[in-house]
Amino acid sequence: MQGQGRTASGVGAALLRLEDDRLLTGRGRFIGDIRLPGMLDVAFVRSPVAHGRVLSVEKPADTEGRVFVHADLAGVAGIRADSGLQGFRSSIQPILAHDKVRHVGEPLAACLADTRAEAEDLAEQVFLDIEELPAVVDMTRARDPDQPLVHEHWSENVFLETSVDINFEAAKAAADVSVHKTLRTSRQSMAPMEGRGVVAYWDNQAEQIVVYTSTQMPHIVRNGLAECLGLEQGQVRVVAPDVGGGFGYKGILLGEEVCLAWLAMHLRRPVRWIEDRREHLIGNSNCREHHYEITGYAANDGRLLAVECEAIVDSGAYSIYPFSACLEAAQVASILPGPYRFDGYRCRTWSVCSNKPAILPYRGVARTGVCFALEVMLDELARKIGMEPSEFRRRNLVPPEAMPFTNITNKIFDSGDYVECLDRAVQAIDLPAVRARQALGEPDGRRIGVGFSVFCEQGAHGTSVYAGWGIPMVPGFEQATVRLTPDGGLEVRVGIQSHGQGLETTLAQVSNEILGIEPRRVKVVHGDTALTPYSTGTWGSRCMVMAGGAVAAACDKLGERMRAIAASVMQAAPDEVELRDGAAWAGERCVSLKEIAGLWYLRPQDLPPDVDPAGLEVTQGYKTVRDTGTFSYACHAVVVAVDPELGDVEILDYLIVEDAGVMVNPMIVDGQVHGGAAQGIGTALYEEMRYDVAGQPMSATFADYHLPGASEIPPIRIDHMETPSPISRFGQKGIGESGAIGPPAAITNAVNDALKDTGAFVAEVPLTPGRILAALAEARAAAAPELAVQP
Amino acid sequence: MKPVAFDLLQAGDVASALAALAGGGDEAKPISGTQSIGPMLNLRLARPSLAVDISRIAALRECRDEGDAILYGAAITHAEIEDGALPDATPGWMAAAARRIAYRAVRNRGTLGGSLAHADPAADWVNVLTALDASVVLRSVGGERTVPLTGFFSGSFSTVLEPGEIITHVRVRKRSAAARWAYWKYCRKVGEFAMASAAVLIDPERTETRILVGAIERPPALLRDPEAVLAGRLGIAEAVTEAAPGLSAQSQALHVAAVGRAIAMADDRNNG
Repeated sequence: MQGQGRTASGVGAALLRLEDDRLLTGRGRFIGDIRLPGMLDVAFVRSPVAHGRVLSVEKPADTEGRVFVHADLAGVAGIRADSGLQGFRSSIQPILAHDKVRHVGEPLAACLADTRAEAEDLAEQVFLDIEELPAVVDMTRARDPDQPLVHEHWSENVFLETSVDINFEAAKAAADVSVHKTLRTSRQSMAPMEGRGVVAYWDNQAEQIVVYTSTQMPHIVRNGLAECLGLEQGQVRVVAPDVGGGFGYKGILLGEEVCLAWLAMHLRRPVRWIEDRREHLIGNSNCREHHYEITGYAANDGRLLAVECEAIVDSGAYSIYPFSACLEAAQVASILPGPYRFDGYRCRTWSVCSNKPAILPYRGVARTGVCFALEVMLDELARKIGMEPSEFRRRNLVPPEAMPFTNITNKIFDSGDYVECLDRAVQAIDLPAVRARQALGEPDGRRIGVGFSVFCEQGAHGTSVYAGWGIPMVPGFEQATVRLTPDGGLEVRVGIQSHGQGLETTLAQVSNEILGIEPRRVKVVHGDTALTPYSTGTWGSRCMVMAGGAVAAACDKLGERMRAIAASVMQAAPDEVELRDGAAWAGERCVSLKEIAGLWYLRPQDLPPDVDPAGLEVTQGYKTVRDTGTFSYACHAVVVAVDPELGDVEILDYLIVEDAGVMVNPMIVDGQVHGGAAQGIGTALYEEMRYDVAGQPMSATFADYHLPGASEIPPIRIDHMETPSPISRFGQKGIGESGAIGPPAAITNAVNDALKDTGAFVAEVPLTPGRILAALAEARAAAAPELAVQP
Repeated sequence: MKPVAFDLLQAGDVASALAALAGGGDEAKPISGTQSIGPMLNLRLARPSLAVDISRIAALRECRDEGDAILYGAAITHAEIEDGALPDATPGWMAAAARRIAYRAVRNRGTLGGSLAHADPAADWVNVLTALDASVVLRSVGGERTVPLTGFFSGSFSTVLEPGEIITHVRVRKRSAAARWAYWKYCRKVGEFAMASAAVLIDPERTETRILVGAIERPPALLRDPEAVLAGRLGIAEAVTEAAPGLSAQSQALHVAAVGRAIAMADDRNNG
C-alpha cells in the first residue's frame, strides 16, 4: 500500500468528479445524441405472445429493403452462451425469432424508415401468424411434467441444477431449534435512466463495422458480434459513448446489436435503434426472480449450526451472453452462507427456463436475493430462540481475529471486522431507544419495527473464480495503457467502461498517486475497442480494484522511465528522483513533466544514450495478489413504521455501516452506496414485474412498474470503516454493488419486527400494501378462525 | 413509442376549435395539457387524425367571479391553482389539492378541463370537484349546456361529452371558512394515482354534507346518508359497501380507511 491521502488529489481524496462538467451540463454524448448522415431508424416487430409456434411472418407489400426477418439474415448465428458446468442445457437465442417465440417482446422482424414513427408504422403492417402455446410462467412449477417445454429438445425446463452438501447432517444433529421459511423475490426490470441503444455503420476506410452501443463491456460485445456475424475481429469496432447507467442491464450481447450490425453492413447505411421504455419493460424485464425454501438450525445458546436451502431462479427463456443462464443460481449456492461461520450446509439450486425475458445479473446479482433469504430466516430463528436478532448475528459473524477467513463454500474473506460493523449499526440506530418506543406504541396506530442485514460482497472476482463457471468470459490480467503526451499530459486507456462510477476521476487520482500528475492533465480513454486494451468490462464491482490496479502498475513502469530521463537532466541517480506536484524532483532540483515528455518526443537528440527505447507509453497487466476477490461488507439498519390499516411502510431511519477498504474517492463511494441503496429500496418496497397466466407482462409502463423516486428515498446515514484489503494495490475493495444488497433484507426484517405481535409475517418482496394486508389478514384468521370472514 | 401521424390545429378561439372538431368527426380529438393523451398517443392507444389544441384559447384561460361561484376556464393548469394565481372558490382547499397532483412538471401543463374530460377515477379533480358539487359548462357547435359533475362521469374514463363537445369552464361554488373539508388519498408513491381516496364536505351555510369515495374504477360515489355516518349511526364499512359495491376486500378496506381518515381530518380542522 502506498501513502493514502498523501496528496490533495491522489488516492483518498474526495475530489469532485471531472466528468461532471460534461454530464451535468447536458454536454455528454449518448447514443441518442449520435446522428449520422442518411441514418435509418429501426423498429422491431416483437412477439405479442409468451410462447408460440411461428407459422409465418409476412412482410407488407412494397417494402423491399425495409423489412427484414430471420430468413434474410443469411450466415448470422444466434447467440449461444453455454456454461461448462456439468449438466448445463444449451439454448440458442435467435437474432430474429423464426420457429418459435419464447417470451413476449422477442424480436421477429426489423423495420427501417427515416424516422422511428414511420418505422413503427411499418412494423404494424407486418402480419404475424403465431399458434399460441401454453406458457411456463411460475418458476416453482416449471419442472412439473405437465408443463410445456420452452426448448423442445430438452427433457425439462432447467438450464442447470446444482447441489452442494458440506457436513450438513452432522451439523444439523446438534440443533435445538430450526426454522423453515418460504421466501420470494419478484422479477424486476433494471431501469437505467438511459435505455439500451445502438447505432451501426460500415466504415469504408477501416473496412469494418462500427457499432456504437450503450454497453458496459465493449470488448465482450465485439467478441460476440464477430462470432455471430462470422467476421474477423479486425472487422468489428465497438464503441460505448456516454452511457446513462448500466447496473448489469448493459452487460450483455444484444440480439439487437447483432441485427443492427448486419443491417448496416448489408444496406451500407447507418442504422439506429433506441430502446423505448415500453419494449424495455415488456421485452427486457429480467432480474432478481428467486424462490427460496430455507431452513436454519441453531443451538439454544445462539450458535448457528447449519443452513439448508432449495433455491429456484427464474432464468427466463434464453442463456444470455456472456454471463449465461446459470450464473445467478449457481452463485446462490456459493454465497448464501453470507458473512457467517457455521459448520453444516446443504443447498440445491435450479436455474429454470420460462417464457419470460432472459435473466441478467443486476447490481448485487444473486447476493440481494440470498441476503434477503438468509437474513430474514435468521431473524425468525433469533425470535424462536428468544434472542435479539442483532445479538444472534453478532455471535455468528466471522470474528476479526479469524481474518483472512475461508468460509464453508471456500470463499476467502480478505479482511475486516464484521462484528464492529454490526455493533456500530446497533449503536447508531439506537436499538434500546427503538425497543422502548415500540413498547410505548404509536399514537397514530402505526407499528414501529427495526431490522438489520449484514452481508459481505465479493468484488473484482478473478480468473480462478470465473474459470470455474466455464462461461464465454473469464477475466484475466486487467490491462491499462498509459502514455505521457508531448505536452506532459497523461492518456490513460482502459478497456472497462465508466457509466456513472466516476472512473474518469478515480483513475486520474490513481495516476496522480503514482506520477504526481495533476488529475486535470489526465485524459481517461475508455469504452472503445479501437483505442483501449482488451478488458471484460465494467461489472462485478471490479473496476477500482482491477483497472485501478492496472493503471497503477502501468504508471509504475512509466514512472521509472520518466525518472530515468529526469535523472539524466538533473544529473542525479534515478532512485533519487521523486515524482510529485507535476514534476520530477531530486532534492531541490526539479524537471517538469512537460520537459521530460519534450525530451522524448521533441528533442530526442538530447536524450541520454542509454535511454530505455520502450519510450513513454506502457501497457501493463494486473491481477490482485490472490484472485479470489475483495470482500467489502456492510450492515444496513432500518427503522420503519407500518400502517396496519393501509399496509403502508414508511422508512423512519436508514443507516449503513460499510467497509470498502481504502476509499480512492470517499465522495464517490458515498454516491455508489446511496444509489445502490435507492435501488435496494425499490426491490424491497416497489418494483415488481407481474405476469398473467399466459405470460403477458402486467407492468408494461412506469405507471404500473413503480420505481422509487426522490420522495421515496429517505436520508441515508453512512458510516465508513476502512480496513485495507491485503490483496489489492491500495487496499481498496469493490463497493459498486453493495448498497443494493442490504435493503430488501433489512426492510423486510423491520416490517416483520413491527408486525411480530400480530403474528403476521411477510415473505415476499416488494412489500406492497397488498402483501402486508394479506399477511395481517392471514394472521387474524389463524388467531381467530371464526372472525376470518369479516373484513 | 411514437404516435401515428396526425394533424395538429392550434385553435385560437372556441368557435374555430368546435368547427374543426365537428368537421373531423370521430377522428378529431381535443387536446390540452396532454399529460394523459400524450402517452396514449405515443403508445398508439389513441389515433386521432386531427388533434385540436384548445389550451391556448383565451376564453378557456379566464377565471371569473360570479358572486356565488367562481368560473374557471377549462385550460387553467393545476399549477396556476396551486400557486394561488387565481381566486380560490374555497378557503385554500383547491390549492391544497392541486399541490398534491402528480409532480410539478405535470401540474405545469395539466389542465382542469383535461383532467375532468379524461375521467380517470383516481384523478384528484374528478373527486375533489365532485365533492365540492362543481359543474361543467360544455359547448359544441350545437350550443352550450351545464352539467353537474355528479351527472358528468358515466364510467371509468368515460363521460357524457358528445363527439365534438368540449368542456369550456368549470363552475365551483364558493365555500366559506365556516365549512369543514378534507380530502385524503393513499398513493403508493408521490406522483402516482391514488389507490383510494375520500373527501368530506360539511357546509353548514348551505346545509350540505357530502362524503365521497374515490379511486374505485368507476365514477366517484357519494355516501347516501353522510350525516348518519358522521353521527355514528351508520358504520363506514356499511356505507362504503352501499355506495361502492363489489370492491375487492383489500380495496374495500383501503376505502373504509380513506373515509375514516378524511372524517378525522375534517374534525381535526374544525377543532384546530
